[in-house]
Amino acid sequence: MIDYEKVIPQKIRDIQPSGIRKFFDIAQQVEGVISLSVGEPDFKTPWAARKEAINVLEKGRTAYTANAGLIQLRKEISLYLKNFIRTEYDPEGEIIVTVGGSEALDLAMRALVQPGDEVLVPEPSFVCYSPIVTVCGGTPVPIVMTEEDKFKLRADSLKAAITPRTKALILPFPNNPTGSIMRREELEKIAEVLRGTDIMVISDEIYSEMTYGGEKHVSIASLEGMQERTIVVNGFSKTYAMTGWRLGYCAGPRPVIKQMLKLHQYCIMSSPTVSQYAAITALTKCREDVDRMLEEYDMRRRLVVKGFNDMGLTCFEPEGAFYVFPCIKSTGMKSSEFCEKLIYSKKVAVVPGSAFGESGEGYVRVSYAYSVHHITTALERIREFVEELKK
Amino acid sequence: MNNVNKKLLDLLKQNARLSNAELAAMLGISEQEVTAGIKQLEQEGIIIGYAAIVNEEKADDNAVTAIIELKVTPFKDRGFDDLAHTIMQYDEVDTVFLLSGANDLSITITGTSLRKVALFVSERLAVLDGVLSTTTHFVLRRYKEKSHVFNEEHSDERSLVSP
Repeated sequence: MIDYEKVIPQKIRDIQPSGIRKFFDIAQQVEGVISLSVGEPDFKTPWAARKEAINVLEKGRTAYTANAGLIQLRKEISLYLKNFIRTEYDPEGEIIVTVGGSEALDLAMRALVQPGDEVLVPEPSFVCYSPIVTVCGGTPVPIVMTEEDKFKLRADSLKAAITPRTKALILPFPNNPTGSIMRREELEKIAEVLRGTDIMVISDEIYSEMTYGGEKHVSIASLEGMQERTIVVNGFSKTYAMTGWRLGYCAGPRPVIKQMLKLHQYCIMSSPTVSQYAAITALTKCREDVDRMLEEYDMRRRLVVKGFNDMGLTCFEPEGAFYVFPCIKSTGMKSSEFCEKLIYSKKVAVVPGSAFGESGEGYVRVSYAYSVHHITTALERIREFVEELKK
Repeated sequence: MNNVNKKLLDLLKQNARLSNAELAAMLGISEQEVTAGIKQLEQEGIIIGYAAIVNEEKADDNAVTAIIELKVTPFKDRGFDDLAHTIMQYDEVDTVFLLSGANDLSITITGTSLRKVALFVSERLAVLDGVLSTTTHFVLRRYKEKSHVFNEEHSDERSLVSP
């Protein structure tokens, strides 16, 4: 019999499945669970984009596109980035349309990281960064972000983590799971540390449209001297509620994008054609739909923050994405214990903060990509749970 | 209507059970402003009541809802209002609308049995002065009402937990 232990490299076997995955298995066993655990919008893709996809299918446009994606789409992305993050990218050679933001992250890492390299990963953050670094033979180096700093990346923590081996910094803002964002002046301090180094920034801006109150999202790429050392990763999943279409993109300096495009060519060929046409419509005709969704998220955000603060689980005010990250330390439980007890006793699923890195311990991630009715029902059950703990 | 009241109305139309504190948090205004806004909406007759949206099939297995369309002769000077007002008085009647098109009045009634609804139509409605004809449609299944979906547990296709 074949010995899979020998067939599969140790490096791959050592990768831990995401803590989210483990929690998903628990949630599935419990009947009648209501969830506040998803990382995708509850809205449907705007109708205009769906209609365009139907239209494209009817016309039989089902062939591969250019490797980097339809040129019309790259032009629209270029225009969007120019308006939204005030940074110019040439549709020819500086933009790749990818299979979700995830592929863009994977390409960036594989194009940059070699054995011996260190990649700085601010945590808590999305679960995929460190495993990809590891697969590339690099070493992920977590940088702890804390509630005292509103879960923002501090320039001095960054400085302290940099070594001669540092290849890249992941910049995951607006942040999943904390909902924190980096304002212009805070990014400026980060940029100051990086200017004049050979450290690349992989800026995961997938939630960039979802910022609340004050100035809109600022990309580090737009700061002086930073475009040449930044790969911007974004996509259609969150902004246009298009998670299942699997479409994202990256924009960056030509020499890096050139290498990433080779990897993309060999592993993907080109991103889904129908999705690409729908994305053109999303970018050009769906602004009103997006604004309506954003207004709705903002209302829910305030409702959920108030809900947790009222029940005594203090919750710093998140300014981005669609998550809140209440602190559960007052219950004396670990986050995984809190979440398991909550799901078994009240049938509400939230995700342990520890799934997003050790510094997420003591917190839980709560998604508000749900209807107000759903949210109020779930909050009520969590409130009962917390009350019963006090007895 | 001012912008705050418009937003209040939108939220209350979806869920009238939100507390003033919740509404205030969602709109980023004070509770006092919410109280004042709702009071104004009520006083101006914009909000005329608050009622639960009920899945009648689950509440009462025998409950029957029917939509009855009436052709009527309008009275001189008073149009359709007189008849509509008469029909409104019956407790069984949930809604009364004046329609454009082939029929004139549309009425929704909910009864405890098919027979009771049928008798109501033949003994109460059909005999009214001015009623020329009635067409009764029994409701077989409810899918959506006031933008609330019945049997919603099947509508969220997303995975329970995702990154």
